[in-house]
Amino acid sequence: MSTLEIKDLHASVNGTEILKGLSLSVPKGEVHAMMGPNGSGKSTLAKVMAGHQDYEVGSGDVFLDGKSLLEMDVDERSREGLFLAFQYPAEIPGVSNANFLRAARQARLPDGEEIDAVAFYQEMYDKMAKLGIDKKFTGRSVNEGFSGGEKKRNEVLQMMMLEPKYAVLDETDSGLDIDALKIVAQGVNAMRSEERGFLVITHYQRLLEHIVPDHVHVLNEGRIIRSGPKELALELEEKGYDWLKEGELVKS
Amino acid sequence: MSTDLNSRNTIEIDREEANFHYDVKYKHDAGMGLSEDTIDYIANVKGEEQWITDFRKKALGVFYKKKMPTHWASEDLNSINFDEIRYYLSAGEAPKRSWDDVPDEMKETFERLGIPEKERSFLAGVEAQFDSEAAYSNVKDAVAEQGVIFVNSSEGLAEHADIFRKWFGKVIPTGDNKFSALNSAVFSGGSFIYVPPGVKVKHPLQAYFRINSEQFGQFERTLIIVDEGAELTYMEGCTAPKFETTTLHSAVVELVAMKDAKIQYITVQNWSANVFNLVTKRGLAHENAEVRWIDCNIGSRLTMKYPGVVMKGAGARGEVISIALANDGQHQDTGAKMIHAADNTTSNVVSKSISVGEGRSTYRGQVHIPKHLKGCKNNTECDALLINSKSRTDTYPAITVRGNKHSTQHEASVSQVSEEQIFYMKQRGLSEAEAMSLSVNGFVNDLVREFPMEYSVELKRLIDLEMEGSVG
Repeated sequence: MSTLEIKDLHASVNGTEILKGLSLSVPKGEVHAMMGPNGSGKSTLAKVMAGHQDYEVGSGDVFLDGKSLLEMDVDERSREGLFLAFQYPAEIPGVSNANFLRAARQARLPDGEEIDAVAFYQEMYDKMAKLGIDKKFTGRSVNEGFSGGEKKRNEVLQMMMLEPKYAVLDETDSGLDIDALKIVAQGVNAMRSEERGFLVITHYQRLLEHIVPDHVHVLNEGRIIRSGPKELALELEEKGYDWLKEGELVKS
Repeated sequence: MSTDLNSRNTIEIDREEANFHYDVKYKHDAGMGLSEDTIDYIANVKGEEQWITDFRKKALGVFYKKKMPTHWASEDLNSINFDEIRYYLSAGEAPKRSWDDVPDEMKETFERLGIPEKERSFLAGVEAQFDSEAAYSNVKDAVAEQGVIFVNSSEGLAEHADIFRKWFGKVIPTGDNKFSALNSAVFSGGSFIYVPPGVKVKHPLQAYFRINSEQFGQFERTLIIVDEGAELTYMEGCTAPKFETTTLHSAVVELVAMKDAKIQYITVQNWSANVFNLVTKRGLAHENAEVRWIDCNIGSRLTMKYPGVVMKGAGARGEVISIALANDGQHQDTGAKMIHAADNTTSNVVSKSISVGEGRSTYRGQVHIPKHLKGCKNNTECDALLINSKSRTDTYPAITVRGNKHSTQHEASVSQVSEEQIFYMKQRGLSEAEAMSLSVNGFVNDLVREFPMEYSVELKRLIDLEMEGSVG
């Protein structure tokens, strides 16, 4: 039951099917990497799991600890424990990071219960320190005018503050220099626990040197064509995706 | 703990809580419709001097003559049926100095709206108007001892005629527009304030305007004179219950800031959706004086309001900071008028409007700097936020600058809360309404800071409630 389970998922955007029967199980305590060439459906998978309205689910289902996510609205999925670190996080002018996080935490409390502001700020400052984020950051508008690295760090900070059961990281390494990448990876590694599962979506093996996965999956044309141990990522780096695509052809 | 409770009570004014009314036995009722008899009735009840009655009757003529301004404003103005409005309703009692003496229904009304608590916690004086007349009016002793006068307009006319008459109708002439003429004909209630030279009133004076009756028009008339080097902050709040029929609120507010004086006039109105709110507000700033209008328009069916400042003395400053929120079925037609009439005068207009659902917001600005002056500055910023594709916003800035010794700056923007922003916020666990509220509050955040603390909290709550109601 303690699994994020994707079952034979078919999804399309604007009438074009992108996911064509994808199945995957991410148990708590594990980190799974999803790799694949451009256009293979990696980001679509992330958006469909989170419930983006542009994507239509044809068939299949996604279960979070046994509960179907597809029945829920976007915000319910979040409160149920699913977190998506965005590849391109939205900017929200005028809304400070502190207020945003506070509202997100408040949304998880039962009606009538108020967040403890002092404890909240203390926790936020501690977690910011771990990510090397300056204190002034709390007063800035969410992602507005942030560099690529700052945006990704902010995604990880939000994840740390919301403590999801499962986190999907969509191309978190894109646009990061090596120092920023290390800090982000440290943040994710600090979150690894028996109580949490990760699905790390990435195009490059580079990120997986810092966030070492338990399993690696290769996505191509909306389906997983190969799963293996962490070494699979290295092999891909060496031989490229075509090696597997050709293998796929031979198999069929 | 008790402070906590108090501060909570002071902010709990929202549309639902304001949606109640009492069946009051009015002693005086001018009846439906408008004629010279209506004016005679009002004048008789108030026991006014003849010159006032003459002023009213002349104004009625102007009102009849003036066309409805539908050639530039909303056609919806034609929905007002002047024959089905009652122009004067009162219990026939003088305003009380103690809440204990206020008739029960009125006292309960204002208690439910949290007014007496506000008065205790942070105000220097309060006037509470119920339909046509003030039910309560009091100014704290310390403020009265400084010579500050804070009474309703009838009392002001009766007891302070010398100061009142000097400025009455001078900032906003009767014929300024159709509704200033209407107000001049049937005005009742509103505040008269005089602050003597050099007196800086520390805490705000507040007026609260409550409409209790159906098919009624409220026409308060406010005149505030702040003498040389003196300072005042005045706040007004307005509510009405939801009725099936339309209600009219048409005020005239005149401010006079003498040399080096400062006036800050803050409005938070939360009218129900049946109210036509057609208000004329203008300030006159003498040498080095400052007039600031801070205006928040929530609710009403149609609001037309363009606070203005005439900068008559050198170095005078005028400012309008406004927030308007137009929800489904509402039209907020607001703006500012800045008339530069002396050298080195400075004006600043910052307007933010939010249109939700089928709500419509319009900005109309007028800035006038004539050729013979030098060193005048104007800054105008108007930003509109649209919440969904059905909402509408229009901007009509008119900046007339003649001569080359001035500097003006104008910026306008229209933005939208995008699907991606909402998706992002929802992915963090916020409901759609919470996400919208957060975006809207973010949009107006820098302006909300201009309001006193107690009001900015209330404003944030009003916005939250509006957004809650606007999402499925």
